[in-house]
Amino acid sequence: MTPDDPGATPAVDARGLMRTFRATRGGGAVRALDGVDVRIAPGEIFGLLGPNGAGKTTLIKILTTLLYPTAGTARVAGFDVIHDANEVRKRIGLVSGGESSGYGILTVRECLWMFSQFYGVPGRIAGPRVAGLIRTAGLSEQADTRINRLSTGQRQRMNFARGFVSDPEVVFLDEPTLGMDVNAARALREYIVRWVRERPGRTVLLTTHYMREAEELCDRIAIIDHGRVLACDSFAGLRRLVEGGQHVELEVRAADGGTPALPSLEGVRTAWGAPHPERGTRALKFRLPPDRALAGVLRELETRAVRIEAIATRETSLEDVFVALVGRGLEESDEREDDGPAPPGAP
Amino acid sequence: MSALALELRATWGRAYGRLVGAFREPTWLITDAILPNLGMVAFVMLYRALGAPRSFEALAVVGGLLATYWINVLWGMGAQFYWEKQSGQLQLYFVAPCSRMAILSGMALGGFLLTTVRSAFGLFLGFVVVGARVEPFSLPALLGVFALTMVALYALGMVMASLFLLWGREAYHLSNALYQPVQFLSGLYFPLRTLGPLGIVAAGLVPLGLGVDALRQVLLGAGAHALLPLRAEVALLAALGAAFLWLARVALAHLESLAKREGRLTQRWQ
Repeated sequence: MTPDDPGATPAVDARGLMRTFRATRGGGAVRALDGVDVRIAPGEIFGLLGPNGAGKTTLIKILTTLLYPTAGTARVAGFDVIHDANEVRKRIGLVSGGESSGYGILTVRECLWMFSQFYGVPGRIAGPRVAGLIRTAGLSEQADTRINRLSTGQRQRMNFARGFVSDPEVVFLDEPTLGMDVNAARALREYIVRWVRERPGRTVLLTTHYMREAEELCDRIAIIDHGRVLACDSFAGLRRLVEGGQHVELEVRAADGGTPALPSLEGVRTAWGAPHPERGTRALKFRLPPDRALAGVLRELETRAVRIEAIATRETSLEDVFVALVGRGLEESDEREDDGPAPPGAP
Repeated sequence: MSALALELRATWGRAYGRLVGAFREPTWLITDAILPNLGMVAFVMLYRALGAPRSFEALAVVGGLLATYWINVLWGMGAQFYWEKQSGQLQLYFVAPCSRMAILSGMALGGFLLTTVRSAFGLFLGFVVVGARVEPFSLPALLGVFALTMVALYALGMVMASLFLLWGREAYHLSNALYQPVQFLSGLYFPLRTLGPLGIVAAGLVPLGLGVDALRQVLLGAGAHALLPLRAEVALLAALGAAFLWLARVALAHLESLAKREGRLTQRWQ
């Protein structure tokens, strides 16, 4: 079954989704989604990649029946999210990274069992399933520990396990590995892949800040910004959008110690990477069109008193695609974000 | 799986958390059982010192026991959704296929059972340690009136859960401010009849006073100095219970619709 299979009922089918919010300050409205079309086939791991405020969480909220769209339609597992909300809820799981679920006074096992009851899972099924999820989340030793005695990472792993207690058809994972340690994040990514592969027709919609997580996990990725889907394809397909030329990363230092001014490198789309305060340098990432020579760009930089400290060229990454489509890197999209582009435990 | 099975499992699942908690935090025994009962003991001592009829002592004990449930309704029901929102958990209830009424019913059932365990301490204190006495009474009548009172009280708690969530901290402060007046207007430690017309008005709004008065009538007969005939109080309690359950359902539906339309309520920062 593929996304283009016209006979299959899509796991997620969103058409022309719009959502506006009243602005909290200054009146007016904020458009969080601006005509989003997404079609996800059963069995897919689908990634949603975008900077903060791009509309990812708003889209997930609509698809999980927590929010009405202002316009457009959405169906999940074949059911309309507005008119058949309860049918949708029976078939979905939701995990938001960084959230806390459960009550501190309950143990991990009790908490997962409690949530299984909200989905009506019979006791003979709930017990073994909860035990299995506890093992998967690496919480066997903490199974009978109170939640208020878990570390933050352990709580997040428990929260991840909670999203699967109902064995849903479609799981929405909103930044599921946010802040997790390397090994835990890797184990959970492996579980996501195994869960989908071992259960035909199960679907995952994943949002992440970690480019490599999306690359590693997702069959297809939609890049979203300002409430619009800019591109949606497999990683290979997305790479083709920006292929041609070289991807170059320079580490540069301006003569005055500040950020070099680069108003126009003709034919070159630039994006500033993270600064290296300890070295006083900054990364400059760009794709060089086939008709431009790198030497020419370097000369141009030298004329602007910019010293080149290091040069690297490489294959197109998802980050390159993102930069090309969005016009900035993920780490630049929100100054408040602490998370770098590499996921914990990324290979 | 039938819809009823789902609702029952959800109710029991939520109630279970509260019951388990009852045996894990002994400090709650102090705040929820011992402290409220100190007021009750003080009134019993006062009546005894003044040479009031013995029925007044039992009257205060019944009021003290009901106060324990009132505290649970106020903070364990009314404030719960607000706290769930603050902890980011509320959206998990909204995304589950069970009804929010099932979740609230679970909270109510768990809270009621938990409080009953704790109110046993009040019973022991009032009737064994302090030595309050009651008249011979009908156990079915007592259980019936008690059940009606609990349904009305916890249904009010369900309504308050939605209102707390809608009004946020305002409701929290309002509830704090109303705690003592409600206790007073419910005549927890004196006959409700003493308040005259004010008592009747209060009894029509909060089932606590009606429940206390009806239970006293079952236990003390004429010594209860009742506000209304028992049958009338029972009918009013039943009506209040039904009305609050209906209101709770309406309030939750409104709340959910509001949450979906405005995109707030389920997020702790909104």
